[in-house]
Amino acid sequence: MNEVPVTLWVNGQTYAVRVSPRKLLSDVIREDIGLTGTHVGCEHGVCGACTVWVDDRPTRSCLMFAIQAEGHAVTTIEALAQHGQLNVLQQALHEEHGLQCGFCTPGIVMTMEAYLHEHPNPTVDDIRDALSGNLCRCTGYQNIVAGVQKAARVFAQNSSGATSAAGNESTHLSEGGREYV
Amino acid sequence: MKPAIFTYRRPATLHEALKLLEETGDEGKVIAGGQSLVPMMNMRLARPEYLVDINDLDDLRYIHPFEEGIDIGSLTRHDELERSAILRRLCPIVPTAAHFIGHYAIRQRGTIGGSMAHADPAAELPLLAVLLDATLTIASLDNTRSQTAREFFLSMYTTDLQPNEILTAVRFPVIPPDSGWSFKEFSRRAGDFALVSAACTMQLNSSGSVEQLHLALGGADLIPISVDASIASFIGERPDARWRQAVAKAALNDLEPMSDVHASTQDRLDWLALTVDQVLTQSSLRANVEIGEQASHTPEEEKL
Ligand SMILES: Cc1cc2nc3c(=O)[nH]c(=O)nc-3n(C[C@H](O)[C@H](O)[C@H](O)COP(=O)(O)OP(=O)(O)OC[C@H]3O[C@@H](n4cnc5c(N)ncnc54)[C@H](O)[C@@H]3O)c2cc1C
Ligand code: FES
Ligand code: FES
Repeated sequence: MNEVPVTLWVNGQTYAVRVSPRKLLSDVIREDIGLTGTHVGCEHGVCGACTVWVDDRPTRSCLMFAIQAEGHAVTTIEALAQHGQLNVLQQALHEEHGLQCGFCTPGIVMTMEAYLHEHPNPTVDDIRDALSGNLCRCTGYQNIVAGVQKAARVFAQNSSGATSAAGNESTHLSEGGREYV
Repeated sequence: MKPAIFTYRRPATLHEALKLLEETGDEGKVIAGGQSLVPMMNMRLARPEYLVDINDLDDLRYIHPFEEGIDIGSLTRHDELERSAILRRLCPIVPTAAHFIGHYAIRQRGTIGGSMAHADPAAELPLLAVLLDATLTIASLDNTRSQTAREFFLSMYTTDLQPNEILTAVRFPVIPPDSGWSFKEFSRRAGDFALVSAACTMQLNSSGSVEQLHLALGGADLIPISVDASIASFIGERPDARWRQAVAKAALNDLEPMSDVHASTQDRLDWLALTVDQVLTQSSLRANVEIGEQASHTPEEEKL
């Protein structure tokens, strides 16, 4: 099946695998590297469960071929907890009961962790807007929003460096309001 | 939901990429952000034999202001448009609309070039390109040509791009500071493709009458359309509520948006009337008003 050698750099470790160029990054992370925290729901970019970081940017791993990630740093959910200790966002989601079955949770953490670093003081509307790319079929989102808000408060308290915002201007846009029906 | 087999190429230069496309002909396909192409490949709606990955072509990632416009490299990501200080100052409708493309993670990866080339009839950036009549730069191995956005989009998912060509840049004109502008879209959920959208620029003279008016609609036809010709006769009047209603009526005259599982033709027409009214209102409020948070200077160029 036209396999080629591919070298990936995942969570700071190098992995040499042989895969077909058509193999999705999500499948290689799960099947060839064995990191099953990255979940696969829809495989067309809609559900967000497969979100990882590529060069620190949240990215759908189902919309990227593993071979495209060569030369880039991939980070998965497994890298966030340190020494068995949940990170701030994970802990807040846990405390606020922001997950039930947990299928959506890795994608939500990878999305909102990046988002909070870039948008240190999000409003509830900002949080909901950023969350729109992650489907959760269990929680009804209320507790996820509460968890993200809690994490944002902790970030703000420790703000000395915790929020290394990549963009120094507020990206909150008041324009183009979407209608909800 | 797995793509068919293909051969992968990752050229390091534009020249190399164009050479590959020349060789692969109809079987080759460019991949930029992959946010439209990979879903189609996963569903086997697209089965390219060769995938030419242009993500290493860093020369295609830039936002350069010049006298009358801003050149944007085709590989510039939606998120980069959204955060650009240059665009916020010189063409603020672009970052404003870019925020409505898909979701946060989609915008980290999707590119302006991919958006134009994909030509979804509901997409935000093609709508702005038609509104502002942006100029597209298109390269092939032995030629570089320019084309206006109003000629580039041919039909749903169909543009004038040939299989051996790469879109390299999109040039937007500057929106003058005293010009009003607005973008609005209507969708069922945040992040979904818009069902309808509208974008407008407007200039008023010293007595408050409309001096210049551009209006473009998305979701009204197979491609984003400019309705400037239908509304030209309304220039010279004051933009009050009756005027807005008359403009919306003229703009939608003769249009027959598609009817599908998401919305009927009549729904789309009703929402278009609503969004047109909103963009006209907001543009007239913005016209002549100094924009509060203008940066003290515009960076020469942005490294992305
Ligand atoms: C869940 C989800 C929601 C989305 N919502 C929206 C939305 O609301 N609005 C919207 O506009 N888009 C939306 N998109 C699509 C997204 O905007 C894509 O980024 C965009 O349509 C295509 O850009 P890309 O760089 O990803 O292109 P790709 O997917 O890489 O390519 C798309 C097409 O363009 C061609 N192409 C790409 N770059 C070039 C180039 N430089 N020269 C020639 N041909 C080229 C490719 O060959 C392919 O045919 C959504 C996507 C997803 C997955
Ligand atoms: S599996 Fe990737 S977005 Fe759903
Ligand atoms: S917790 Fe079950 S899908 Fe979100």
